[in-house]
Amino acid sequence: MTKPGAARGREDLLAKVVAITSGKGGVGKTTTAAAFAAGLALRGHKTVVIDFDVGLRNLDLVMGCERRVVFDFINVINGDANLNQALIKDKRNDNLYIFPTSQTRDKDALKRDGVERVLEELKQQFDFIICDSPAGIEHGAVTALYFADSAIIVTNPEVSSVRDSDRIIGILSSRSRRAERNEPPVETSLLLTRYDPARVTKGEMLAVEDVQEILSVKLLGVIPESESVLRASNTGTPVAFDEDSPAGRAYLDAVARFLGEQREMRFVQPERRGFFRVLFGRA
Amino acid sequence: MRLHGMRFFNFVFPPRPKSAAIAKERLKIVLAHERAGNHAPDFLPRLQKELIDVVGRYVDIRDDMIRVSLGKSGETSLLEINIEIEAAKAKAKLGSAVPA
Repeated sequence: MTKPGAARGREDLLAKVVAITSGKGGVGKTTTAAAFAAGLALRGHKTVVIDFDVGLRNLDLVMGCERRVVFDFINVINGDANLNQALIKDKRNDNLYIFPTSQTRDKDALKRDGVERVLEELKQQFDFIICDSPAGIEHGAVTALYFADSAIIVTNPEVSSVRDSDRIIGILSSRSRRAERNEPPVETSLLLTRYDPARVTKGEMLAVEDVQEILSVKLLGVIPESESVLRASNTGTPVAFDEDSPAGRAYLDAVARFLGEQREMRFVQPERRGFFRVLFGRA
Repeated sequence: MRLHGMRFFNFVFPPRPKSAAIAKERLKIVLAHERAGNHAPDFLPRLQKELIDVVGRYVDIRDDMIRVSLGKSGETSLLEINIEIEAAKAKAKLGSAVPA
């Protein structure tokens, strides 16, 4: 068995730091971080997903490894544990690792130079480093996006979420490390979640085109509102592992697009409900 | 007859504008405003507070009587400070209002 610390020839590929961010809470950042990391792992990329929400640890629950947390992000930053002691290897996929955060109430525990050191160490071992940002635009959220090469803006088709996404896009373009160093900007894309095509058709919900027009960023994917998302978090399974569910498939499509593939947008038209579907009322 | 029925229906339940269209318009307006203000430096609220302190030593003013904003007039940046003192009352003794 290779430990995550084992030497790997990594000259061919530069590790990528991906921030999952939104500004607003409750739009599906952690669900997306978990699903995206799982999807990248399924595609054979060695991936770690880090919880940046210090004090409100939840990625461990969504990933189903809450009983395996011993050391955390802050322990590693403070030098109380090494990286390999804190990383949790996923039991379903060998390419997937979870890096839980701390439950400390000290919000400033996430020191920028410490985070930088840990990310540099992770880059030696992983292809993708997924940073699950806390809500808001405070220290934790800014730290999660500061080192990003790419950012995925998770947005609901709803006014407050769109507005907050706009703020976060502004912060990415002015306060990220790439912006401060005048490097090429953080590659930013939009992931619209909790989308309900039937309500869009009725004019009750912002359409994907509307949100894209307002925010003017590249569209990475549309995740339909789906029962499978709650079911996945209930059981601690990243929804991308549920390849039978619309949300799971939509996440896998988004991951494929993120890797540069062309995929048609699915789940943006209302589903035609067949006779039996109507009869048995299953979405 | 059909048309008539529809008209009656619309009379009883007047069609509302689609809420998604309203959402889009509202977002466009608020974001245009906020993006313009995004480059405002962080010191504006502090400047406003200190101005209130200083002016407040001489006349009674409320917080909302001073407005500070950064705008643009052609090529020049404009720091605009509006102090409303018409309703403000001068402090009785100027000298005592200045802290020792």
